Order: sequence, then C-alpha cells, then structure tokens
Amino acid sequence: MLIPSLALWGVLEESSAVEFCLREPYPALFPHVLKQKGGLFLNRKLETAIAYFFTLNGAFVIFILVGIFALLLSSSFAAWQDVGFISFLTDRVWNPSGFVASHFGIFTKIVGTLMVTAGAMLFAVPLGIATAAYLAEVASSWEREIVKPVIELLAAVPSVVLGFFGIVVFSPLLARIFNLPNGLNALNGSILLGLMSLPTIISIAEDALTAVPKEYKEASLALGATRWQTLSRVIIPAAGSGVTAAIMLGIGRSLGETMTVIMATGNALQFPSDFFSSVRTMTATIAIELGEVPADTTHYYSLFAIGFVLFSMTFLVSLLADIFLHRAGEVKKL
Amino acid sequence: MRKLQLFSAHGGLETDDLRRKGHPSLVEGIAFALLRLSMLLVIAAIFFIFFDIFSKGIGIISWEFITAMPRRGMTEGGIWPAVLGTVYITLITAAASVPVGVFAAIYLNEYARKNIFTRIIRLSIRNLAGVPSIVYGLFGVALFVRALELGTSLLSAGLTLGLLTLPVTITASEEALKAVPDSFREGALALGATKWQAIRTNVIPSALPGIITGMILGISRAAGETAPILFTGAAFYLASLPSSLSSRFMALPYHLFIMSTQHHSIEKVRPIAYGTALVLIGLVVTMNMSAIILRAHYRKKMRG
Repeated sequence: MLIPSLALWGVLEESSAVEFCLREPYPALFPHVLKQKGGLFLNRKLETAIAYFFTLNGAFVIFILVGIFALLLSSSFAAWQDVGFISFLTDRVWNPSGFVASHFGIFTKIVGTLMVTAGAMLFAVPLGIATAAYLAEVASSWEREIVKPVIELLAAVPSVVLGFFGIVVFSPLLARIFNLPNGLNALNGSILLGLMSLPTIISIAEDALTAVPKEYKEASLALGATRWQTLSRVIIPAAGSGVTAAIMLGIGRSLGETMTVIMATGNALQFPSDFFSSVRTMTATIAIELGEVPADTTHYYSLFAIGFVLFSMTFLVSLLADIFLHRAGEVKKL
Repeated sequence: MRKLQLFSAHGGLETDDLRRKGHPSLVEGIAFALLRLSMLLVIAAIFFIFFDIFSKGIGIISWEFITAMPRRGMTEGGIWPAVLGTVYITLITAAASVPVGVFAAIYLNEYARKNIFTRIIRLSIRNLAGVPSIVYGLFGVALFVRALELGTSLLSAGLTLGLLTLPVTITASEEALKAVPDSFREGALALGATKWQAIRTNVIPSALPGIITGMILGISRAAGETAPILFTGAAFYLASLPSSLSSRFMALPYHLFIMSTQHHSIEKVRPIAYGTALVLIGLVVTMNMSAIILRAHYRKKMRG
C-alpha cells in the first residue's frame, strides 16, 4: 500500500494549479482564447511544438557529451589497434617518430599530470578550506563583501596569463631559491594550478559550510562549545560531503588545465624524478603535437587516445563531485 | 530563555566544565588567526599577480599599441589583429551558445519534470563543465575542422568555444529564470495566456538582465581560452585582418602564448607580452565586473 500511495502523492504534487490551468484553458471563462488566430486547437498544437523545441535544446547537451565520448573512443580504438591498450598505458617511452621503432606510451605523462595536480592540491586544499571556513564563520560582513569579489577576480584570470606569470615571476624565483638552471618544473606548475583551483575550492566549500543548518551551530553553542570547537567539530564535519565535492572539482580543474602547465613545467619527455624536474602532462602533449601531426596516422589517433584517458579521468572526478554534492543536499534537507 | 532554563533544571553546564580543556579562548584565537592568515595569503597572491602585470604592462599601453599592426616580425608595433580577432571570436561564440543555452535553460526551468531524462541532462551539463578545454579542442578539430569541412577558421573556433561556454550559459540563464517569482507565471495563466505566452511575455523579459549577465560571464571565459582555438583557427601571425567567417585569425591569449614561449627573441618582446597580458586581463575583468554589477543592480531591483 505504501508504494502506490507514495506514487499518488507524487502525482498530486506535480500537478500544480499552474499545470491544471494549462491543460484546461476553459473556453467559457477565457473567451478571447477562442478568438485568437487559429483558435484553441491550433494554439494547443503550437504549444506542444514549442515544448518539444525546448526539450530538444535541453537534449542537445546530452548529444554533445555523448558525441565527445563517441568521437574520442572511436579514435582511441584506432590508436590501440596499432599500439595495444596495455602498452599505451604502461610504456614509459613516447617517441612517435622513432628511427627503429616508434613508441606510444603515456605512462610518463600520466605520472606528470598526477604529480602536478597532487602538488597543487597539497597547498590549495588546506588554504582553500581555511579561507572558506574564515569567510563562512569568522569574517565580518564587510570583509566578505570585499574578499569574495577579489577571489572571483582570480577565477576570471585566463590560464594563459597565469602561465605567463609562471614564466616571468615564479621561474626566476624558484631558480634562485633552489639553485636550479631554470624554474620551469613540476613545482612551478603545481603552484600555478593551485592558485588556479583556489577560487573553485573556496566558493564551493564556502557554499557547503554556509548551507549547514543553523540548528547544528546553535545546538553546539548552547552545549557550551566555543566557536572554534563548533566550527572544527560540528560545521566542517557536517559539510564534509560538500567540502569533498569542492576538492574534487578543484582536482578536475587541475587535471584538465593546458596552457598553464605547457608554459610553466618545461615539457621534458623524461620520467620525472622529483618536483624539480621538468614534466610534460597529458594536456601539454596534445597541445604541443596536434598541430604538427599528419591526420589519420597512429600518432594523430594516439593524441585523441590521450584525450580519451583525460576525459575519463575528469568525468570520474566530476561524477564523484556530483555524488558528494547530492549527499550534501540530503544533509541540508534533514 | 526557555532553553536555558531547561538546561539548568537538569543540572546544566557549569562554567568550569567549559574551561576544563585548556583555554578554549586562546586556542580559538590562534585558530581564527590562522584562518585569517590563509585568507590574507590568498588575497595577497591575487594582488601580487595583478600588480605585477599592471605595473610592468602599463608602460607600453597606448592607443597606438592597441590599434596598430605588429611590425618587424612582431618585435614592434601593436596588437590590433589580436584584439580584433578576440572580439570577433567572442561574438561568434555568443551567437553560437546563447540561443541554445537560453532555450535549454527554459526547458529545464519551465518545462522539465522531475524524471530521469531531466536528471541526465543536468548530469551532462555538470560533466561538460568539467571537460578539459583541450578536449573541446580535439572535438572541434574532428567535428568542425575536418568532418564538417569548415577548415581552421573563425567559424570553427567560435563553434568550439560555443560548446565550451554552453554549460556556463545554461546554468546562469536557469538561475535568472528561477529568480522570476511564480506569481508572474500564474498571473499570466490566470488571464488566459497559454504557457508559452506566459513565458514569452512575463518570464523572459524579467529574466533578461540575468540572462545577459550569464552571457557576459560565458563569453568572458571564451575570450581568455587558448587551448580550444590552438588547432581550430588561431594563427601565429597574419599580415591582414580576418575578412570572413572562413578566415584564420589572431587572438589575444594565443598572441600572449606565442610572445612568451614561441617567439624567436623572447627577451626582446617581453614588454609586448606584458602589454598583451594586461589588455587581455583588462578585457576579461571588465566583462566580469560589468556582469557582477549588473547582477547586483538587478537583484536590488527585484527585491525592491
């Protein structure tokens, strides 16, 4: 009995007064509807057509996502037929125009991407969450009014400008501090990517923290906890899912960033030994080589296959973020 | 007050209980100071970036720098083709993404029911927003440049950027539509309007400022993107300005990339690179600021 009654409840809830009116434009009450050009019947046809038109535009988004997926996958298969899926992922050597034999292994690039992203998160996550906590719980309203637009300003800075900044400011700085020939390395890329993902992490984590029901905070304070105890042991744990989602979205942004890393990390093909070595990420490989490669060769398809691996990684991260955000929504409803 | 009395009736918490674990006020002071320090660090970094670009770029900025063609292998002269290319490409991007984006938002906010289809659309939007820009570039090369045979052109690059900005446009437009009170719709329907008439005459006009805000935010992102246009139409150097949709073009972000990494005498053109960075940042920030101001103004009006 429970299930049918729930279903009935759902139907009742959906058919609001608005939709009732829509289904029954009562001619007696609204005579001018009949007098309109084409009359009621044509009007209804038009309405249905318009509804379908908008639905089609909504569905367009699905087509694009599926289209990107299908295109990358089909191109990737063409590459994997020649290279082999396993060796594509595990071979450390990427040498598309080798004299004896060409190699298409992206393991070094995967490591490069993960390294730069991990380095970025190492400082962007604590810094971002601390800033979000400050804005959500400690800052006065005028502080918030000033700080939030400034952070939005950072979000607006194009990635190529940050990359430029890495070349002209961080590279000489890092070279001097650590006594290196030049500062174009994984560390430089990590710093820039961290800066770049800060606005995402801060704004989503702050949303999650402010969305924690007021009752949690009041109950904690009423029990005698200090504001810091309330923040660290009640509000942040309660906003855990939303904060995790913020981190996920920050990671997603770092994984897929191209211009910053291409400009700041030096793009060496060697396997990186530490954060002071130059790395070439997956995104950088595509951006550097796609312009020079003849179409429909193994090399060309391999670049699409790198795109597919990258797409799968960011897709997974977005999906995780989505799950965590959904869970955060559930907490809010309680 | 009643809550407090309830607590004390059951014994309640004594002040001593609160003070038992060290000095909470001291711990709290240190903790909050650290949080404030993090915030200041972020703000300082942002100011440092803007200050550096501004102070080193402002020297070269002049009317001539913006409106002159590059000369002598781009070591002298201005950046006019890149400025114009960026303006063209953002206009094409807007033309490509705004109609679809707004229509999709109307579907989501006005027509969609809570079913699996709508959930998939929303999931797709969020996932598209996370797709790396270089992947859009790959898609643009395969679809627009090669399959549809548009070649490397303004049109290919604009359509690629249009797809990239679609999630931003949809999300912002939907926010704008959501902010229109239901009474606007119900009022129209009660007067005998059909659903589409209500949307056309009541909902869209009042959501328009919000939709425009979203549009500006979307194209300001497109104006700064480099990776998607690398292979779909941006050119290293062109002697003439783009003449049609099928021309290749120069763009500010790509120009900055070239000037700081690919040019034959990088040190010599550093001032031009700084100037380009400043013009690009100025353009994008101006667009963002106007969007933010428009949004604030519009919100105030809606409340008042």
